[in-house]
Amino acid sequence: MTKENIILDIHHLSKTFGTNVVLKDIDFSVSTGDVTCIIGASGSGKSTLLRCLNLLETPTTGEVLYHGEDITNATVNAASYRSHVGMVFQNFNLFNNMNVLKNCMVGQMKVLKRDAATAKKNALFFLDKVGMAPYINAKPRQLSGGQKQRVAIARALAMEPEVLLFDEPTSALDPQMVGEVLEVMRTLAGEGLTMIIVTHEMAFARDVSNHVVFMADGVIAEEGSPAQIFENPQNAQTKEFLSRFMRG
Amino acid sequence: MPASFGGRIMVILQNYGMSFLRGAASSMLIALVGTAIGCVIGFAVGIIQTIPVEKKDSAVKKILLGILKFILNAYVEIFRGTPMMAQAMLIYYGSMALFNIHMSMWFAAFFIVSINTGAYMAETVRGGILSIDPGQTEGAMAIGMTHFQTMTAVILPQALRNIMPQIGNNLIINIKDTCVLSIIGIVELFYTTKGVAGAYYTYFEAFTIAMVIYFIMTFACSRILRHLESKLDGPDNFDLATTDTLAYTSGMFKYPDKKKEEVIPND
Repeated sequence: MTKENIILDIHHLSKTFGTNVVLKDIDFSVSTGDVTCIIGASGSGKSTLLRCLNLLETPTTGEVLYHGEDITNATVNAASYRSHVGMVFQNFNLFNNMNVLKNCMVGQMKVLKRDAATAKKNALFFLDKVGMAPYINAKPRQLSGGQKQRVAIARALAMEPEVLLFDEPTSALDPQMVGEVLEVMRTLAGEGLTMIIVTHEMAFARDVSNHVVFMADGVIAEEGSPAQIFENPQNAQTKEFLSRFMRG
Repeated sequence: MPASFGGRIMVILQNYGMSFLRGAASSMLIALVGTAIGCVIGFAVGIIQTIPVEKKDSAVKKILLGILKFILNAYVEIFRGTPMMAQAMLIYYGSMALFNIHMSMWFAAFFIVSINTGAYMAETVRGGILSIDPGQTEGAMAIGMTHFQTMTAVILPQALRNIMPQIGNNLIINIKDTCVLSIIGIVELFYTTKGVAGAYYTYFEAFTIAMVIYFIMTFACSRILRHLESKLDGPDNFDLATTDTLAYTSGMFKYPDKKKEEVIPND
């Protein structure tokens, strides 16, 4: 892959909360079309890393280059950067005062300044893609967890982001709903959407991603292709972590 | 005067019924306007007090915001912490004596009730904003919305719903508390009643009428607000949408069929 394809380039990123060091010297990059899965035990800093990429947390040191521009710089407009980098959360975070359609339109209209008709057409396109078009009139409280997450994905997609970040999108769901959400994500990966996914779904990470990052204690312990990580891990911590998932 | 209690009430109503109504209307007007403006003040103060300060913000912004928040805090604490009656005296007569400002009685009345309600509402709004789970703020930020956009489109509509009971509380308190404005000469329900009671020396009868009117006003307001709350909640069910509204067992609303219609290329 060539240099100009790189969307996000992370250099020496670290994050501390008080005296608690959560991320230490993280380096990795994401290019167009990459599906990067970040795996690792709870508390290893996966979610914090993802939140740093979307500036929901401010990195303590290091830089996050977005097309070569350091977005941790104070002069960068965080809101306009975020409109290019979508995020899907573990707890969906839908807007409870709006129905499904409005949830997918509000960002387009307020941030991208699209008119209502365009925003609606676009929202319907992506809602149809995640199989939620029939539910446009429902409020979030009337939906199941899996449905909410699919709406959240449509909401993020409607902004037509360059990269979509997923923060444990299936961790709050039961096995059946996990299936329906992963199915949507599989389709998106197949269409070439650039995604960074924090997940505990090892089979999904192995099948869908082209780059796997294993984190332990705030550092990247090992990274490589799914084949390298899942079939031939080098790091002792990776072996230990994966042995629990691969046993079954 | 008739000997019976009911008879005396009838006489008072016959002679002073219109005065009671005018007094009640004044009370209601001051309470409604005061609560409405107070809510606006409360929302403005509440929004400013919840503006997040980030580490990378410039020093000027941090200092300005700090000063603004301090002033607003002082406003809230002072007006919540002192009696409205004393404030009325201070603002109406005090400004006249010290600064030679002659504000009209009515302006003073609206001003005092609004600014008092605003101080209480500021804390209520802050509570309402805190009651909305921060995940929705993150959700809005993640699609690139600014603090102001997040507040107006996502957080405040929900906060407003959550604080409706407290707005009702404030309205009812204001209807009753307008009676303290009688000391600056506003002829509202309490002032009227005192006059009527003095004219015939019928305190029990006159204030019975006043109490009934106060109760009717507050009870009506509380019911109307309750109704408004359920309106804000919206219906409990929803209709499914479909590509073909004529098909059996399909929904009520139509969305375009992507197989039939040309879709905008997005990816």
